[in-house]
Amino acid sequence: MTNSFTDITPSLRRRHARETRFKWMGKIAIIIAVSFLLVMVGSIAWLGSGALKQTRVQLNVHLDAAQIDAAAVADANYGKLIKTALLDRFPEVTKRRDKKSLYGLVSYDAAYALHDRVVAEPGLIGQDLRMWFVASDDLDMLIKGNLETTGDENRRRFSDKQLGWINSLKEEGAIKSVFNVAFFTTGDSREPELAGVLGAFVGTAFTLLVCFCLSFPIGIMAAIYLEEFAKKNRWNDLIEVNINNLAAVPSIVFGLLGLAVFLNVFGLPRSSPLVGGMVLALMTLPTIIIAARAALRAVPPSIREAALGIGATQIQTVFHHVAPLALPGMLTGAIVGMARALGETAPLLMIGMVAFIVDIPGSVVQPATALPVQIFLWADSPERAFLEKTSAAIIVLIVFLILMNLVAILLRNKYSQRF
Amino acid sequence: MLNFKTSITSALIGAGMIASTTGAALADDQIQIVGSSTVFPFATTVAERFGKSTDFKTPVVESTGSGGGLKLFCAGVGLDTPDITNASRRIKASEVEKCAANGVTDIVEVKVGYDGIVMANSRQAAQMELSLQDIFLALAKDVPNGQGELQANPYKTWKDVNAALPDVKIEVMGPPPTSGTRDAFVELAMEGGCKQFDWIKALKKSDKPAYKALCHTIREDGAFIEAGENDNLIVQKLQANADAMGIFGFSFLDQNDDVIQGSKINGVAPEFELIADGSYPVSRSLFFYVKADHVGKVDGMAEFLAEFTSQAASGEDGYLADKGLIPMPEAERAEWADKAKNLTKLEM
Repeated sequence: MTNSFTDITPSLRRRHARETRFKWMGKIAIIIAVSFLLVMVGSIAWLGSGALKQTRVQLNVHLDAAQIDAAAVADANYGKLIKTALLDRFPEVTKRRDKKSLYGLVSYDAAYALHDRVVAEPGLIGQDLRMWFVASDDLDMLIKGNLETTGDENRRRFSDKQLGWINSLKEEGAIKSVFNVAFFTTGDSREPELAGVLGAFVGTAFTLLVCFCLSFPIGIMAAIYLEEFAKKNRWNDLIEVNINNLAAVPSIVFGLLGLAVFLNVFGLPRSSPLVGGMVLALMTLPTIIIAARAALRAVPPSIREAALGIGATQIQTVFHHVAPLALPGMLTGAIVGMARALGETAPLLMIGMVAFIVDIPGSVVQPATALPVQIFLWADSPERAFLEKTSAAIIVLIVFLILMNLVAILLRNKYSQRF
Repeated sequence: MLNFKTSITSALIGAGMIASTTGAALADDQIQIVGSSTVFPFATTVAERFGKSTDFKTPVVESTGSGGGLKLFCAGVGLDTPDITNASRRIKASEVEKCAANGVTDIVEVKVGYDGIVMANSRQAAQMELSLQDIFLALAKDVPNGQGELQANPYKTWKDVNAALPDVKIEVMGPPPTSGTRDAFVELAMEGGCKQFDWIKALKKSDKPAYKALCHTIREDGAFIEAGENDNLIVQKLQANADAMGIFGFSFLDQNDDVIQGSKINGVAPEFELIADGSYPVSRSLFFYVKADHVGKVDGMAEFLAEFTSQAASGEDGYLADKGLIPMPEAERAEWADKAKNLTKLEM
C-alpha cells in the first residue's frame, strides 16, 4: 500500500531547501547593496566632516591712529595693519620671501573682518585689539592633519621655518578650531576657507520651486485630461507616444531648448533660477504625466461608476472622487521627477547657471547656481582644501533630497484615502 | 475634496506670482563675464575681491571655454549680452568679423598674464627630461620613419622614443579636444616638436592642411588617455600610478607640488620664474575682451577693469600670482593697464 504523504516528503524537503537558498540569496543581495551604500555615504561623510571645522588664528592688531583716519575709517589700509600685526608677532622675519609666506597664514578675508569691526566700533582706534581671524586654507589643512610635516622640505607646502611659527602660535593658544558657521551662511568663494553653500542652496530651492509650480499643475491637468476625458483617436495616441519618448530624452537637449527659446526668443535673464526651473519643468513633465496617469488608472472603476450613478457630472466625478484617490500616486511621480531635477547640471550649463556667483540670490530672476553645479565647480578647483568642501556639499545635497522627500511623504500621508 | 483643489490652485498661484516677477528683467547693475576655463580661477578671484571691497555687486563669471565665450560675447551689443569674455588664446580674425557683423565693433583687448602647460608625474618616479621632439614622437598619431615618410606611431615606451629616457610605458593623461589647454598643448608642444623635422617644416609652406593634420593629431591607440576636464582627477590618478604622466595647467602643479613634479621640457623646469621670463617653452598668454560700449552703462565696469589690471591683482606679487597666474613683467602690465583704462580699441 502506498502512502502519498511519505511519497512527497523527500521532494518537499528539496523544495523547502530551494526556498531557503533563495531567501539567503535575496538577503545577500541586500547586504551587498547596503554595504556599497554605506561605504559610499561613509567615505563622503568622513571626507566632508572636515569642512564643518574652521581654523582661526588670534592676532594682536595695533589700530594705529596714524594709519586710520578717523574721518574716513572705511578707507584705511587694513591689510597693512594685519601684516604689521604678523610682523610684530614674529620680529625675526625680515626676508621678503619669508614675509610673504608669513602673510599667507591668515586668509585675505582678515583685512575685511578687521575693517568691519573698526567701522562698527570706531572707538577702538588707537588701541590694541586681540581678534580671531580665519586661517588660510593651507594652514587649515595642516591643522586638520591633511598635509605632510616630515620628509623632504621641498616637497612640503610648509617649510620647517613656517612650522616653527605655527607651533609657537599653537603653544600660545592662538590657533583654535571652531564650528564652520560660514559654510552654511555664505555664498561661493574662490578661497576654500571662505566658501559656503548657502548661495547654491537658495538657488536650488528657487529653481525647484519654479520647476514644481510649473510642472505639477500642468502635468496633473494633462494626465487627468488624457486619462479621463480624451477620446481614443490617432491624435491622442500620437501625443501619448511622444510623452513616453520625451521622458527618455537626455537632459542636455532640454538645456539647448531653454537656450534657444527662453533666452534667445523670450529674452529672459541668463543664469536665473526662473529659466533653470522652466527647463527642468520641461524635463520632469513627462515623468509626472506618466506617473499621474498610472495613479489615475489604479483607481477602481467602481468609484467612478458609483459617482456617475448618483448623478455626478464627469468633472465632479474626476475632481471629487477619482483625483483625490490618485493624489498619493501623483505625488510619488512628482517626487521622482523633482529628485531627478535636483541632481541635474547638464541643462543648467546651457543657460548659464554653471557660474561663479558670490551673492545669495534674492529672487528667481537674480543670477544663481545650484547645488550639483557647486559640487562640480569645487571638484574642479585646484586648491586641495576644496576636496572636503565638495564632500560636504554632497552631504548638503543629500540632506536636501531627504527633506524634499520627507515633505512629499507627509503630504501623501495627509491626503491619502483608503477605500 | 477641497484638499486636492487647494493644492492645485496654490501651485497655480505660485506659478502666477513667479510669472509676474519676470517683467522686471535683470537691471544692468551686475557685470556678466563668460569665457575660458583657464582664466576662470583668476577672473573669479578678482570678481570676489571686487565685490567685497566695493559697493558694486559681485560680477557673475561663467566658465564656457574660450570659443564658447567669444560666441556669446559676439552675439550682440545689448546689455543682456556678456560684458567681458575671457580667453586662453588671442581672438581670431574670423571672430572679430563675426562680432562686427553683430554690431560689436569696439572691443578692448587686455592681457592678464601667462599660463604654463606642464607634463607631470608622481614624485615616486624620477623627474622626466623631455624635448618637444620627444613629446611629439611619443604622442602623435603618425610619426616620420626616418626616410621622409610617415608611419603609424610604433613607440610603446619612452625609451623607444629616446634612448636617454626610462624604459617605461607611454601613458599620458590629458584634456579632451574641447579644452583650451589641449589646443595650446597641441600648438606649442606637439607642433613645436613636429616642425623640427626639416621636411615637415617644408610641408607647412607647400601643404598647410596636411602639416596641421600631421602635427596636431594625437594618437588614439590608448597611449594618450583623455581624462576629461577635471584636472584634479588627473592629479589623483598620477598619485596612484607612478608610470603615468599628466598634462594640465601650471596652477594645478603649483597647488599639488608635494605629490607631483613637472617634467623639464627642453631642459627647462616648469617653475614660476622660468615661465614668467619666457624660457619655459610651453606657455601661452591669457586675455580678456571687453565691450567698450558697456563701460559707463553697466555699473562698476571701469572699476572692475582697474582692479583686474592693478598691481595688487596681476602684478608680480599680486594675489593672482598666489592662484597660479604667471604675471607679466611690470612694464608690460602697466602698458595693458593703460589700454584697459583708456579703452584702446583692439587692433589685429
